[in-house]
Amino acid sequence: MAITIKEEFERVKNTEAWKTIFRSGSGSSNLHRSQAVQQNVFLHLFSVKVRSRVLEFGPTWYLGAATLSTFFILVGTGILLMFYYHPSVPQAYADMKDLQFAVASGVFLRNLHRWSAHAMVFLVFAHMFKVFYRGAYRPPRQFNWVIGVILLLMTLLLSYTGYLLPWDQLSYWAVTVGSNIAKAVPLMGKQIRFLMLGGNEVNANALLRFYVLHTVILPLVAVLLIAVHFWRIRKDGGLYVPEKKQ
Amino acid sequence: MSNVNAQATAPAHTNDGEPKDASRRELFAKIGMGSLIVAAAGTGLFTYEFFSPNVLFEASPIIRAGKPDQFAANTVTLDPQSGIYLVNGAKGFYALGAICTHLGCLTAWKPELDLIACPCHGSRFNRDGVKVAGPAPEPLPWLKVWLSDDGFLMVDKSTLLKEQEFVKV
Repeated sequence: MAITIKEEFERVKNTEAWKTIFRSGSGSSNLHRSQAVQQNVFLHLFSVKVRSRVLEFGPTWYLGAATLSTFFILVGTGILLMFYYHPSVPQAYADMKDLQFAVASGVFLRNLHRWSAHAMVFLVFAHMFKVFYRGAYRPPRQFNWVIGVILLLMTLLLSYTGYLLPWDQLSYWAVTVGSNIAKAVPLMGKQIRFLMLGGNEVNANALLRFYVLHTVILPLVAVLLIAVHFWRIRKDGGLYVPEKKQ
Repeated sequence: MSNVNAQATAPAHTNDGEPKDASRRELFAKIGMGSLIVAAAGTGLFTYEFFSPNVLFEASPIIRAGKPDQFAANTVTLDPQSGIYLVNGAKGFYALGAICTHLGCLTAWKPELDLIACPCHGSRFNRDGVKVAGPAPEPLPWLKVWLSDDGFLMVDKSTLLKEQEFVKV
C-alpha cells in the first residue's frame, strides 16, 4: 500500500494548519484556483485569469519579468554585500577591495550586483521601447506608463547612488560632476547640491547619504511602485495583446 | 412676477437658520485645513533644517601655501590637496582656484603646453586663469594671497578677487 506523492499532498492540504494558511483548501475547481490567487498576499496583485496569448513570448518578450528578476538579484546580492561594507572614508574603498580579493564569493557577488545593475538599466529601456512601439501605453493604461517612468527614474537614481559607494577615483569624480550638474538648477541649485552631499564637497557625509539612499530609501520606493505597477496591470484589464493577424 | 419672487425668496427664508450652521462648519473646516498647512510647512522646514548640517568637518579655506623661495620664478605650482595654483609670475605671486568652473573637476598644469587643462571635459586655461578652450563658462578664480608675519604665503580660497592682485616679496 504505497502512498503516492499526490495522495500525501492531498492529505497535507486537508489538514487544519494548511487550511488556516491557504484558505482555498484542496480542490482544483476554477473557484479553488482563482481563490488560491485572490487570497494570497503576493499573488492577489495579479489577475486570476489571463489570456493564454499573454503568456507567449511575442507580446512582451518577457522584458518586464526580466527586469524584475534583475531587481531581485540586486536586492539579494546587495544585502549580502552590506555585511562586509562600511560606508565610511576611507574604509569603503578597502572594503570593496576586501570583497574582491578576500571574502569568499565576494568577487562573484560584487560582479553579479554590478552586471545586474547594468542589465536592469538596459532591460528597463528595452521594456519601455517595447511598450511604446506596441502602443501598450494607450488608454486605459496611461497611468501605468507614468508609474513606469517614475520607476525608470528610481532605476537611474539607484545606479547613480550605487556608483559612489566603491569610493574610488571613478566614483568620486562622477559624483563631483553629477552634483555640479544638480547645482545648475535655477535659484536653488546650491541648496540642492548642499543637501545632496551634506556639505560643500564630496566627502564622508556624501558617502553616507548616498549609502542610505541606495540601500534603504530608493529600494523601498521602488518596491512600493513595482507593487502598484503590477496591480495596475490587473486593474487596466491585463497586459496589452494586439489582435492576432489571421 | 410675484410667483418668481416667491420662488426666489423662499429658499433664502428656509435656509435662514441653516447658513449659520454651515458657516460654522466651514469655519472649523478652514481652521482645520489652515492648521494642516501650517503643520506641513513646519514639517518641510524641519526636514530642510535637519538635512542641512550645522557643523561641517571640511578643510579650512585658508591655506598655508609655503615660503616664497619654494616657488621658482615663472612657475605654476598645483597643490592638489587644497585645489589651488600658486603662480610666481613676472609681476609677483598670485593664486588661482584649481577646480574647473565647468563641473568641478581638479585641473592640472601642463608645462609643455603652458596651459592649465581639465581632464574631465577638455577645458583649458592660461596661467592667468582665462579660458582658452572647452566648455568652462567662467575663468578660474583669482584668490586672495598675502604674506603672513612668519613669512609664509597664505591663500584664502573663500575670498575671490575681482581684479588681478599680486604679492611682491
